[in-house]
Amino acid sequence: MGYTLKMRIWRGDQGGGDLGDYDVEVSEGEVVLDAIHRVQATQAGDLAVRWNCKAGKCGSCSAEVNGRPRLMCMTRLSDFDPAETVTVTPMRSFPVIRDLVTDVSFNYEKARELPSFAPPPRDADGKRRMAQVDVERGQEFRKCIECFLCQDTCHVIRDHEDNKPAFAGPRFFLRYAELDMHPLDTHDRRALAQGAAGLGMCNITKCCTEVCPEGIRITDNAIIPMKERVVDRKYDPLVWLGSKIGLRNRDNDGRSEA
Amino acid sequence: MGDRHPMTGNEMSGAEAGGMERHRYDVVVVGAGGAGLRAAIAAHEAGARTAIVCKSLLGKAHTVMAEGGIAAAMGNRWPEDNWEVHFRDTMRGGKMLNNWRMAQLHAQEAPERVLELEDWGALFDRTDDGLISQRDFGGHRYARLAHVGDRTGLEMIRTLQQRAVALGIDVFMECTVTELLKVDGAIAGAFAYWRETGRFVVFEAPSVVLATGGIGKSFKVTSNSWEYTGDGHALALRAGAALINMEFVQFHPTGMVWPPSVKGLLVTESVRGDGGILTNSEGKRFMFDYIPEYFRDETADTVEEADRWYEDKKNNRRPPELLPRDEVARAINSEIKAGRGTPHGGIYLDIASRRSPDFIRKRLPSMYHQFKELADVDITQEPMEIGPTCHYVMGGIEVDADTELSAVPGLYAVGECSGGMHGSNRLGGNSLSDLLVFGRRAGEAAASYCVSLGEGRPAVRAEDVKAAERDALAPFEVATGPGGGTENPYTIQQDLQQSMNDLVGIIRTRPELERSLEELRRLRERARRMTVEGHRQYNPGWHLALDLRNMLLVSECIARAALEREESRGGHTRDDFPGPSPEWGAKNLVLRLAADGSAVDLAHQPLPVMPDELKKFFE
Amino acid sequence: MASTDAPSTTPGSTGVDGPTRARIGARTLREDRWWLAPLATFIVFSGFVVFATYRAFAGDYFYAEPYLSPFFSPCLTADCVAGSSDFGQPLSWWSLSPALVVLIFPLGFRMTCYYYRKAYYRGFWLSPPACAVAEPHGAYSGETRFPLILQNLHRWFWYAAVVIALILTWDTVLAFGPAPGEPDGIHMGLGTLLMVANVVLIWLYTLGCHSCRHITGGRLRHFSKHPVRYRIWTLVSRLNNRHGTYAWYSLFSVAIVDFYVYLLATGAFDDPRFF
Ligand code: SF4
Ligand code: SF4
Ligand code: FES
Ligand code: FES
Repeated sequence: MGYTLKMRIWRGDQGGGDLGDYDVEVSEGEVVLDAIHRVQATQAGDLAVRWNCKAGKCGSCSAEVNGRPRLMCMTRLSDFDPAETVTVTPMRSFPVIRDLVTDVSFNYEKARELPSFAPPPRDADGKRRMAQVDVERGQEFRKCIECFLCQDTCHVIRDHEDNKPAFAGPRFFLRYAELDMHPLDTHDRRALAQGAAGLGMCNITKCCTEVCPEGIRITDNAIIPMKERVVDRKYDPLVWLGSKIGLRNRDNDGRSEA
Repeated sequence: MGDRHPMTGNEMSGAEAGGMERHRYDVVVVGAGGAGLRAAIAAHEAGARTAIVCKSLLGKAHTVMAEGGIAAAMGNRWPEDNWEVHFRDTMRGGKMLNNWRMAQLHAQEAPERVLELEDWGALFDRTDDGLISQRDFGGHRYARLAHVGDRTGLEMIRTLQQRAVALGIDVFMECTVTELLKVDGAIAGAFAYWRETGRFVVFEAPSVVLATGGIGKSFKVTSNSWEYTGDGHALALRAGAALINMEFVQFHPTGMVWPPSVKGLLVTESVRGDGGILTNSEGKRFMFDYIPEYFRDETADTVEEADRWYEDKKNNRRPPELLPRDEVARAINSEIKAGRGTPHGGIYLDIASRRSPDFIRKRLPSMYHQFKELADVDITQEPMEIGPTCHYVMGGIEVDADTELSAVPGLYAVGECSGGMHGSNRLGGNSLSDLLVFGRRAGEAAASYCVSLGEGRPAVRAEDVKAAERDALAPFEVATGPGGGTENPYTIQQDLQQSMNDLVGIIRTRPELERSLEELRRLRERARRMTVEGHRQYNPGWHLALDLRNMLLVSECIARAALEREESRGGHTRDDFPGPSPEWGAKNLVLRLAADGSAVDLAHQPLPVMPDELKKFFE
Repeated sequence: MASTDAPSTTPGSTGVDGPTRARIGARTLREDRWWLAPLATFIVFSGFVVFATYRAFAGDYFYAEPYLSPFFSPCLTADCVAGSSDFGQPLSWWSLSPALVVLIFPLGFRMTCYYYRKAYYRGFWLSPPACAVAEPHGAYSGETRFPLILQNLHRWFWYAAVVIALILTWDTVLAFGPAPGEPDGIHMGLGTLLMVANVVLIWLYTLGCHSCRHITGGRLRHFSKHPVRYRIWTLVSRLNNRHGTYAWYSLFSVAIVDFYVYLLATGAFDDPRFF
């Protein structure tokens, strides 16, 4: 059931590069990463590619397949017509290192800028109590495997390098949302999300959600709720009025600015 | 240069002597999985200047693949659970070959380590009272595994990663350690290369913690990632430390068998914990035929009792599907051998006919996803096809139970690359807790060792660095040497994986093991003639050639120990010696590198003696 | 097709052609019909805008007893034909079309709606036209500056939209009322059905709003302490899942009802009666 797949793979580095043609034997049930590995083992031993788990769990093998940000290990060849040429390029929002490997340090820098979880003391018996419904929203965001495909596809930085310093990107909006919704966290992260993280740059065009291999509903469940939380703080007439006459959201009591 | 490294933001110092990048730390942790991160956090908190060096990006380590949970006797579901029961389960699961002290510390400290994760932001599934939920797993008497759906490992690594980042620990990502540097028998540092640029780095540090994981990549069918090339095992051997229990390799009973490209990929044990059963091609639930004497008292022997157990755990015994992994893997293996396998050479794991689609999707989301995406199988409708896959090595670097110190001063080992804790077979869920408990202990011990040295730190010797550099560049040289240039590292790796799978696999015999040693000798020979194409910048061929040295060395250790141990126990099954023998049950096999580095020496060593107050649990 | 020369980077470019990025040259390598969705959005929205603008400015044929066009409800000015002003004519000094007074609210609501924003940023602004397709703009500041920072006012419009939806519901109740020449009692014609369908879609759209989802429960950090709000939030979330769909359907239904009323009012068509 095998056949010969035609592939174009981008080879090169920051100095330049191009799409090289490769013909590779593939068989039933294989994924793009298998084909890449075969090219590596038989035709181009030095073809640079990142991968670890080959199971869609580590988020290392991010690349663009026929122009779409995908995990190579989760892109099945059966999705393509055997006659079709499959083009694989590195992610295009990050500086390229070599071949399919890009420098994703942007994301690690953004991770460092984020104030971490700040819990109150434990309960008297040394444990913590949280209800399942209260942690579920955060759990969705923590499914993130840090493949950075959402960051790659986000036009705010993909098309505008100059926005990088001011924009944390969808992956980290997930973190802000996770912490802001955490039943125990003692920080108020809205001002930071809006300011330092650049939440306002996002124009909710949902490409991050479209590419997320974990199916996290980044825009609907994290970004927009965060935008709404910012509105609570800054732009809502009723919340403002409420706070003037002593009505406030007690659910947020005891939080301090992060 | 004063540059910052683009991946990590760490200071680079390329301008120093010889153009070599050098860093000084108190503690260098090799590996950024659960164990490495936990060790680094502990070392940092103890005041040591700490660096993490890892082969992949931060957060990609194999720990993310752990699905089931973290075993810890917190008693959230079963108040009667406590460390003593956990200790007993662990020892029995390991067929009493465990280092008792490690098993004890592990059982005692695991609960606090789990709670600590929660302090750092982990979001575990909850019980109705809001406590951390715990689930059932093979070999554990009570529901004991703290979990987050079926992605517990991801939660753990993310939590530890975020903690390490918050503490500002330096991380050297995509940087591979190829040699440990010693002075007067003690650790002085480590030599490494950046995968990205191929440039070399020297770490000067009196303490090195190895947390490099396992050896699974030497086998063809494995659930392990490419990183699992036994680096820590080999580094320690070369540095003069010993390995124990290397014959014990755990084959996880349930790995995917189809499609071929994902063969070996793990199917979590939680499928069985949540009600999944194993059937053969005749539709028979065959595990009832394979209940060993040892576990007969606590295992259900009728389908009715087994099914009742899920609802009423007090009055029924556990289904045989939840026996320890070695038992189940062997049973599956014999069913397949007897011709009762599935079309793709596996066995059916069926949860579709036993639980509602909603339940399955909620409890096992990543399994659902994995089968849907990779095999086009809807596990809420059809059974899965599964078979044994190489999953974990119980053996590893021999360490002191309390401090994880190896035979070499300054060299510590934790996690899968250390040995002793799990004896001959590891229980599911005990691995994640192992990482946390001993990671912390090693980090603290490494930091205090460093303090104890005061000013008297060993200084790395220039000639050692030169030698390490030469060795690392050797694969480029071979190609030009006599008879060189004819072998491709990828082919050698494939052949190695094939022979290990065929000859040192789940069922072993003397002739096959002898042949494997012969094969390994030939592979080492071939490895001397490897070609590596291209240059040093991000060159996977070169990286593999370097890893291959480690894989060959560690594979030899496994085969040698497997040949020596003439009994069957836990993760070591000899067809020619089918039962356990009391005499072998009292000793470990210890492997060291001969002084001239040319051969592996093997010795027998009696087990440490368990004190009477612990012995009483097994009467 | 493989290029042999490395495509050079465009000077000054900061996007996918920037100096550090892999030099691929093409704006996108997508081969599917990614342009279809933004194009469809562009055409349909433009069509709607033209139609609505014409109807609003024309300011006639918006009432055919008992049906009032949703574009003109509530009808508050002196130009409102007899019977169409259920809430009086407080703005009788207004001399332009009565639609222009009220349309600002639904218009503002939809303009600032998170779903519509996505649709028109993609379809009209091409920012971006589709995922992983480079956008044509040199600079981008998102919703951080005037005027787009006003998108944050969406919630104010939602408050107004709830009022409008209530009024439209009342209009729909009246659509069961007697038509000219009918005795008192329940009336039902094709127009009634259209009005009911329209108001249902409007509610589904309005209640599935992200702001509504936030206000009803999303802003809480402890669902467990507010079981009722949690329940409501769950329901709203379910509607919110299909918010885009309801946005389109309700857009069509509003236009259809208006057009239907127009047909009746001009006499081009006669309302089929069921009873
Ligand atoms: S929705 Fe926002 S964060 Fe996500 S891709 Fe679009 S602009 Fe970026
Ligand atoms: S949110 Fe999704 S797309 Fe983004 S990094 Fe995480 S898993 Fe990847
Ligand atoms: S290799 Fe881990 S996600 Fe693809
Ligand atoms: S109406 Fe669409 S989000 Fe509010």
